[in-house]
Amino acid sequence: MSVLIFAEGVDKSIKKSSLEAVSAGFALAQKLNTETIAIAIGDYDAVALQELGKAGATKVIHVTAGVPAYPSALAYASVLAGAAKEVAASVVLLSKSALGDGILSRLSVQLNAASATGVLAVPEVSGDVLKVRKSIYTGKAFAELSLTGAVKVISLAKNAVPLKEDGVVATVESKTYTVSDLAGKLVHQKEEKASGDILLTEADIVVSGGRGLKGPENWGMIEELAKLLGAATGCSKPVSDLDWRPHHEHVGQTGVKVSPNLYIAVGISGAIQHLAGVSGSKVIVVINKDPEAPFFKAADYGIVGDAFEVVPKLIEAAKKL
Amino acid sequence: MKILVCITNVPDTTSKISFSDDKKKFNDAGVQFIIGPYDEYALSKAVDLKEKNNATIVVLNVGGPETEPTIRKALAIGADEAIRVNATPTDAWFVAKQIAAVAKDGGYDLILMGRESIDFNGGVVHGMVAELLGLPSVSPVMKLDLEGTKATIAKEIEGGKELLEVSLPFVAGCQEPISEWKIPNMRGIMSARTKPLTVVEPVAVEGNVVYDQFSLPAPKGAVKLVDASDPAKLFDLLKNEAKVL
Ligand SMILES: Cc1cc2nc3c(=O)[nH]c(=O)nc-3n(C[C@H](O)[C@H](O)[C@H](O)COP(=O)(O)OP(=O)(O)OC[C@H]3O[C@@H](n4cnc5c(N)ncnc54)[C@H](O)[C@@H]3O)c2cc1C
Ligand SMILES: Nc1ncnc2c1ncn2[C@@H]1O[C@H](COP(=O)(O)O)[C@@H](O)[C@H]1O
Repeated sequence: MSVLIFAEGVDKSIKKSSLEAVSAGFALAQKLNTETIAIAIGDYDAVALQELGKAGATKVIHVTAGVPAYPSALAYASVLAGAAKEVAASVVLLSKSALGDGILSRLSVQLNAASATGVLAVPEVSGDVLKVRKSIYTGKAFAELSLTGAVKVISLAKNAVPLKEDGVVATVESKTYTVSDLAGKLVHQKEEKASGDILLTEADIVVSGGRGLKGPENWGMIEELAKLLGAATGCSKPVSDLDWRPHHEHVGQTGVKVSPNLYIAVGISGAIQHLAGVSGSKVIVVINKDPEAPFFKAADYGIVGDAFEVVPKLIEAAKKL
Repeated sequence: MKILVCITNVPDTTSKISFSDDKKKFNDAGVQFIIGPYDEYALSKAVDLKEKNNATIVVLNVGGPETEPTIRKALAIGADEAIRVNATPTDAWFVAKQIAAVAKDGGYDLILMGRESIDFNGGVVHGMVAELLGLPSVSPVMKLDLEGTKATIAKEIEGGKELLEVSLPFVAGCQEPISEWKIPNMRGIMSARTKPLTVVEPVAVEGNVVYDQFSLPAPKGAVKLVDASDPAKLFDLLKNEAKVL
């Protein structure tokens, strides 16, 4: 028996959300009295892999050969299925992302496993059943689920479980597994990605701008504030529809769902569809010139004022932090 | 060419969500139901492809009789026929098995779905269906161009996009800006009434997920306002009170 955790990476290091999944895996493995094994696919050095040890893995399976050079849910699902069978995993944990859920959907079929995505806490163990909690109706409600059967596959919401940092030095084993022929049917052409930026979905802090900012030329101050706070930038849907900002920054019901420690919304009205994407945030700050803006009802802190006056002052204050 | 579009019947995005007193059932009183927004992108794309490729669109929903108005709306938007699998969805696995059972011998060249349902937010049914049918799948798809049997796709990845190619048949989970939503015209609405809607009974599925109960988030306390003339105070509060800086 074991708990197997898929570690997703970005720029050759393991994502924080995956380290959280390993920490959750460790906590679950303690309850199940079993081993915590992480699996990393791709090009990582020993230092990056040992982050998994610190987060709670006692063993790391490292797969470099026989897999596509870019992340492929199809290929990775077959690798994970092979590994899960080999280490007799009773639970496979991933972190919630398009890649994670792409893997999870196929893996759950291959392992004939019960599955749940976007789980909000370390599952509770009740005999052979795992009890999990997840948000539904895009953040408007919660559900409690029981997962039965011999194997469970679960993806964990980001920033939901505290990171463990006092683990051990994990043993690292290089392995190869059979990759499904189907993976080859998706022919990768290229990736268009802003490198070096903090990923919106991984960020501890997000500074987001709405139509109140009037035009793309005014995003300089949003970027500057974000940079000073170590934050990622986001936006409302009209802003990406108008092409003021790239689509992958659009937060909300039909965009990216974020759950940072701090979400700062500037010139966003707080439509219910926007709130659906940010309700998992720990603390919300709203800056809007209209005191009646609905976003204030969902906020912890607020400033009623003109963004073009308030944000420059915040930038000055942030420089002194 | 034959396209299968899978749609959900979900509460309108502005709906207030509530549950029965025993927390076991969604309370649908006064709730307006719509085609899932992501599913509507899938359907709109199918309509684009229909115009260009002389395709037939079959729309599929797994749900009870109450979903038929939503299915008719999809027919009004441009689907040619509809199938309803007569069962209340219990979880993604159940739904995926039903869709796969319908699709298996249907001769579909393309299966379009939404990237995720906005009720259970799984984001997994497309992958499960593809795995069950032995097909490749891609999600979330923001752009899909078809040239003969070859599709060029832009898929959203964190912080950007990936461009890839795949041959028919495959499964895609769609999102904006793949296509513009179509507004049904009068002719569409009239013809939707007479387009075929076939009801099929579900296949048996051994479930392994049980929804025990539902709950609502705790109400949010009042917002703490900071004076616009002293924004530094905000950082002070975020650091020392909220402890998020
Ligand atoms: C099916 C569906 C899905 C949707 N999905 C999403 C989604 O995923 N994400 C999303 O964001 N929206 C989504 N929407 C759109 C949503 O309903 C709103 O239209 C949108 O969020 C509004 O964006 P906004 O707040 O930037 O713009 P507005 O509503 O135009 O608000 C601008 C705000 O800026 C304030 N403002 C103006 N000038 C200033 C200034 N100088 N200083 C400070 N404040 C100022 C105004 O008071 C106002 O509150 C969806 C809608 C539908 C129907
Ligand atoms: N009951 C259903 N009937 C038809 N299609 C569905 C159903 N549930 C989910 N789907 C499809 O699967 C996609 C992903 O759903 P989910 O995995 O629940 O997020 C949706 O966008 C739909 O296209």
